[in-house]
Amino acid sequence: MRRVVAPAINTTMPAGVDGGRRRMLKLMAASAALAGSGCSQPPAEKIRPYVNMPEGMAPGDPVFYATTLLHEGHGVGVLVETESGRPVKIEGNPIHPASLGAADAQSQAAILTLWDPERSRIVMHGAQPSTWSALLDSLSTQLREEAGTQGKGLRLLSGPVSSPTLLAQIGEVLARFPGASWHVHDPAGCDAAAQVARRLFGRPVRPVYRLDRARTVLSVDADLFGPSADGVRNAHDFMQARRGEPRARMLALESTPGLCGAIADLRVALSPADMEAALDAVASRLGVPAAVSPQETEARPAWLDSVCAQLRSTPGACVVAPGHSLSPRAHLMAWRINAHLGNLGQTIIPTAQQLPTEPRLALQSAGAEAAGTGAAGIGTSGVSPGTLNELVDAMRDGAVRTLIMLDVNPVYDSPGALDFAGALSKIPFSVHMGLYRDETAHACDWHIPMAHELEAWSDARSIDGTASLIQPVIAPLYGGRSPHEVMDMLADTRTAGAHERVRAFWRNLWDMEDAHDFEQRWDEALRRGVIDGEPAGPALNLDARALAAQVPEEIEPAPEEGELLAVFVNDSGIVAGRHANNAWLQELPRPYTKITWDNAALLSPGTARRHALRNGDVVSLSSTDASAKLLAPIWIVPGQADGVVILPLGFGRRHAGAKAQGRGFDAYVLQDTRNGAARRCLPLCLQPADQRHALAVTQHEMGLAGREPVRIVSLQSSNADVRGSAAQPSLYPPREYDSHAWGMTVDLDACIGCNACAIACQAENNIPVVGPEEIARGRTMHWMRIDLYHEGDGGRTQFQPMACQHCENAPCEVVCPVGATMHDSEGLNVQVYNRCVGTRFCSNNCPYKVRHFNFFDYADHDPSAAAHANPDVTVRQRGVMEKCTYCVQRISHARIEAQKQGRTIRDGEVVTACEATCPTQAIVFGDTADPHSRVSRSKASPRNYTVLAELNTRPRTSYLARIVDREAAPEDGDG
Amino acid sequence: MAEREAKAVSPGTPELGPGWTAGGVTDKISAIVLGRGGPWTRGWHEHWRWRSALLISFCGVLTLLAASTWLFMRGVGLFGVNIPVAWGFALGNFVWWIGIGHAGTFISAILLLLRQRWRTSINRYAEAMTLFAAGIAGLFPIFHLGRPWFAYWLLPYPNRMELWPQWRSPLVWDIFAISTYLLVSLLFWYVGLIPDLASLRDKAASRGKRLAYGIFALGWRGDARHWHHYESAYLLLAGLATPLVVSVHTVVALDFSIGNTPGYHSTIFPPYFVAGALFSGFAMVITLAIPLRHYFRLQDFITLRHLDLAARVMLACSLFVAYGYACELFTAYYSGDTYEIHMTRDRFTGVYAPVYWAYMCCNVAVPQLLWWRRVRRSVPTLLIVSLLVNAGMWMERFVIVVQSLHQDYLPSAWDIFIPSVWDWIFLLSSIALFVWLFLMFVRYLPMISMAEMRGLVQETAEEGKP
Repeated sequence: MRRVVAPAINTTMPAGVDGGRRRMLKLMAASAALAGSGCSQPPAEKIRPYVNMPEGMAPGDPVFYATTLLHEGHGVGVLVETESGRPVKIEGNPIHPASLGAADAQSQAAILTLWDPERSRIVMHGAQPSTWSALLDSLSTQLREEAGTQGKGLRLLSGPVSSPTLLAQIGEVLARFPGASWHVHDPAGCDAAAQVARRLFGRPVRPVYRLDRARTVLSVDADLFGPSADGVRNAHDFMQARRGEPRARMLALESTPGLCGAIADLRVALSPADMEAALDAVASRLGVPAAVSPQETEARPAWLDSVCAQLRSTPGACVVAPGHSLSPRAHLMAWRINAHLGNLGQTIIPTAQQLPTEPRLALQSAGAEAAGTGAAGIGTSGVSPGTLNELVDAMRDGAVRTLIMLDVNPVYDSPGALDFAGALSKIPFSVHMGLYRDETAHACDWHIPMAHELEAWSDARSIDGTASLIQPVIAPLYGGRSPHEVMDMLADTRTAGAHERVRAFWRNLWDMEDAHDFEQRWDEALRRGVIDGEPAGPALNLDARALAAQVPEEIEPAPEEGELLAVFVNDSGIVAGRHANNAWLQELPRPYTKITWDNAALLSPGTARRHALRNGDVVSLSSTDASAKLLAPIWIVPGQADGVVILPLGFGRRHAGAKAQGRGFDAYVLQDTRNGAARRCLPLCLQPADQRHALAVTQHEMGLAGREPVRIVSLQSSNADVRGSAAQPSLYPPREYDSHAWGMTVDLDACIGCNACAIACQAENNIPVVGPEEIARGRTMHWMRIDLYHEGDGGRTQFQPMACQHCENAPCEVVCPVGATMHDSEGLNVQVYNRCVGTRFCSNNCPYKVRHFNFFDYADHDPSAAAHANPDVTVRQRGVMEKCTYCVQRISHARIEAQKQGRTIRDGEVVTACEATCPTQAIVFGDTADPHSRVSRSKASPRNYTVLAELNTRPRTSYLARIVDREAAPEDGDG
Repeated sequence: MAEREAKAVSPGTPELGPGWTAGGVTDKISAIVLGRGGPWTRGWHEHWRWRSALLISFCGVLTLLAASTWLFMRGVGLFGVNIPVAWGFALGNFVWWIGIGHAGTFISAILLLLRQRWRTSINRYAEAMTLFAAGIAGLFPIFHLGRPWFAYWLLPYPNRMELWPQWRSPLVWDIFAISTYLLVSLLFWYVGLIPDLASLRDKAASRGKRLAYGIFALGWRGDARHWHHYESAYLLLAGLATPLVVSVHTVVALDFSIGNTPGYHSTIFPPYFVAGALFSGFAMVITLAIPLRHYFRLQDFITLRHLDLAARVMLACSLFVAYGYACELFTAYYSGDTYEIHMTRDRFTGVYAPVYWAYMCCNVAVPQLLWWRRVRRSVPTLLIVSLLVNAGMWMERFVIVVQSLHQDYLPSAWDIFIPSVWDWIFLLSSIALFVWLFLMFVRYLPMISMAEMRGLVQETAEEGKP
């Protein structure tokens, strides 16, 4: 059993909203009393010394726990590094299928949310602090009333749920209250896709992509690699396919530049309306039955032929992935194309979502209407959740008397047109459970602080159905409760908390009588982070009848003259608002705009020109009927489709922590619903507002200015060698290395610009957050900077991770007057923080500008920050320079381990934080003195080059040139 | 002997007005300090101009103290510096002030060795100017440091960890260059003051003043032996100071040209910086001379001839500096180096282009007026020209320090520097500190060397004799 003792920090945390001062006084009184008593007597109770140190708990030795984090309800396996019982770092779990060893920025940043001192700490009754028992009393009274009417007035609203235990509990609640219903609200998800899948399969189904089997991927505004439950897996799989022979191709139709477009072999900027037409054209040209033949008014663009030809040439090995911005029609068309090309079951596995078992006395379950329309052979095997729309309708009708909301925030993140807050105000009894006392918590009668995923027991399934356990790595820091406890209350089953509940579920499922066998299997599941031997869901297939099903085929009205098409997208940092109070994610530069701490309405250069707008101009956006309106600053994104305005969600929070509140604009206000689905794309009007807003941006120049920091080789060209000539002479004698000589390569062909490495570096190296004002002054601290370059206006884009290059002839070392930056015996360019006086000459002399300076005291001195800081890395004082160290603490750790065993460090034993988390393995680190190491082999590639080689700095980090597949793109494509 | 001295009356030369005797010169100059006779009959405190100048500059000094306290408490983030522009106003001000501190030593040492008579009446205050400017310049690197409390780590001092400065860094050379320069300038200035301090001691009415001047006069009695030693020491110091005129700014220039940044990395920098330093130094000499001779009625001592000659030096420096500018341009394009060419184009048309063209105007175009004798002898015009040159040289330093950094090698790292309010506070209050120090100097020390003036009277009287 791995129950981890809560660290000392937990006890010094002030409890309650007003506990700080009183508690301080109490502690002072207590310590005064202690001082008075002196060291006269041991306490009366029997105490035991800590004689037998538990294995793996040696101070300074990190312990890793395998657990699962949730992305929109779906599990992503992670390993949590704990130091003396304190979780400090999150890495991917190599055996978990949604991680494969990598973790995205959001998963890694969960550590900051866990320790966030602004998380909710106390049960609230309205605006008054209350207690758990008061809530229990109030709730049980209410439930007794509900029980009288079979629960007709009871509604349960949650995010997407994959936890088998929680689903079983929902089933129990629905069994107790047959008249109640369960609704799911997923602001980050795609309602259109869910609607179509439900119509096709008769139950909630998600397509699971197997991009490793694909040779052609057509992304139609799909954010395949973005922050989602399958983003990391998709990125991994696609890169695996791309490294294969023949090389897989990415064809991307995008309304705004996304991560797919960055690595696309063919990229076309299209508005969602044009994309639907393009999808129709592709379908009709491929001979998909029931395809709508579009009126071919204009000349067929050459790229369309190319796309069709490539899809046709790889039947059963291609993927057409529709994105959030598309209508249900287009999603249906994508299914049809995929079915026609034989991709289903090959590269796309339709995977049924697990559902609660149907209660026997189903009066009006939300799944009932879907039954019967389902695909052949698959009946409804559970209660399909209702939608938010249905819930709001019921709330308006006065049919809802009790509303329980689990970890959702619909007052903020539901479409403005739904007016959820208005409907909520009619509910006599509402309970909200969440990590923060957010907008919904403020509008509810009761608020329960929720335990973080790292604090409570649970379980989850990944998108492909793999089950895993969620084990706490620390006791709840702020007294949060688990959703399992709340569900137990609702179901009126008394158990001993989430732990027992989850165990009981699995004991029951595994049908294990023998306690010993169960413990063994349970321990194995905890240790590996994956539950083995879980049968996958039934294989789903589609037949022609199902495919012929129609969705409400209202064509989106094309935007009229003077209107723009708004596309609501998940923010690449804080997604749909869930991570809004996470400073790491807020400060993470968004891949294409490099905006931090804010969102902006993104426009193409052409559209901005047409409206005479510059970056930072504020515009007024209003719905076509002028019912909703908001002010937003604009930002121009080369490579975006004309006539489209991109509105990132998740900002403009009204009640969240200090890091989230008041940042950016709330785009949900403009969102609308249609046929019960939140629309991700709708027409709206734009008016300049004669104001300016300063955005904090980390990169200002994205052109190449005639330079070659990124190199490109052609796949077809035989002469693809970009390696430079021999080293130039230097005044200083060459250095000799008798042991290791560390080095790194970054494969630009594999980098998708996902920012995972930047957060990994931030977490590993205690990199402080500086805030929007400092970012605006040009004082970023990210050691790992992801540079973005455009070739020409809207041409090919390339990401380039740029950290300290560890030059052999380091220009920084020569100019430091105190020798605070030096070469070490293994080739590292090291920064000696306690010797640095802060002349900043080294930064001036660094041609890569990868050094970062503590202009102020940026380090976070909150006790919570000290608790999750990496103890192996110094927290820097103000006035000193810092930069990438090649994770020197990890090198030291490996060296110590190797010395203990009397051997040298093996290749692959030192893995830098960025390398460890890269979903596409674009980063390779190792010993260049060993000719057989991975990094040496990587550096032997003809694509290997160093940036600014002409300066003779001889960097140890080299890059592998991007490969361009010229056959994939016809001449007129701008990809 | 006494008879001959009494007869020594200046006949009136371009450097000295007519009718001055040795005693008259001494009385005139010492009266300014001792507050008797001349313009100060009613005492210093009666003069509103003096009082307000002192009050304003002293407020500036207090501002500087408060600002530096806050700076040391909060950190250098107060300035507008960032990455890539990690050096901002502080370094620009440093180079500017140290440049101003050049003319003094040049006038005292080199002109002394060259036996230029026109140095006599301006060397004292020019040396004071040098000392104050170099002292203020020395403050800025400390303001600039991230951890100023460890500034002494740049000095080679024995310590238990056997840590020494990193000798390849030009910043370490800088420490030596500037401290040597400050020390030698101070010595030179003080040694020159000794006979005058003795005169003041002898003339002072109150006991306190006699004591104070007496202590610093080191027992000077005007003995022939004293004079003998004094003159050889003064000459030796002049010899010692002469190479420093070149060395200090050469080393300051190396701070930049050792760096690999386009716009820094240039071999023309050392001579070009020295010329620029003399340029701004002479501009400051003229800027100070004009109000001094006006308010203290020193037109007979600091004559139009002095101004004319200083203006000629300024013109020569301007031409040299213009050559430096041209050379930089030529090298940038001749090298064919992408980065150098980009940097140069950015100077012409980038965000800092207005500053670039402004200093081109102030440093190259405006000084060409000095070809005309009428301009050189027109006091108001000369004052305007010298002020413009001072401003122009400051802008030049700013552009070199900031503009070169803001767009260097990788376009992804480009950014701009916008000075914060603190940048301006430090610049303006350092000027206030300079003014305050100078006012104190004028108030308590003879701004013209009495001893040397007496010598000049003697010399001109002898020359004037048929």
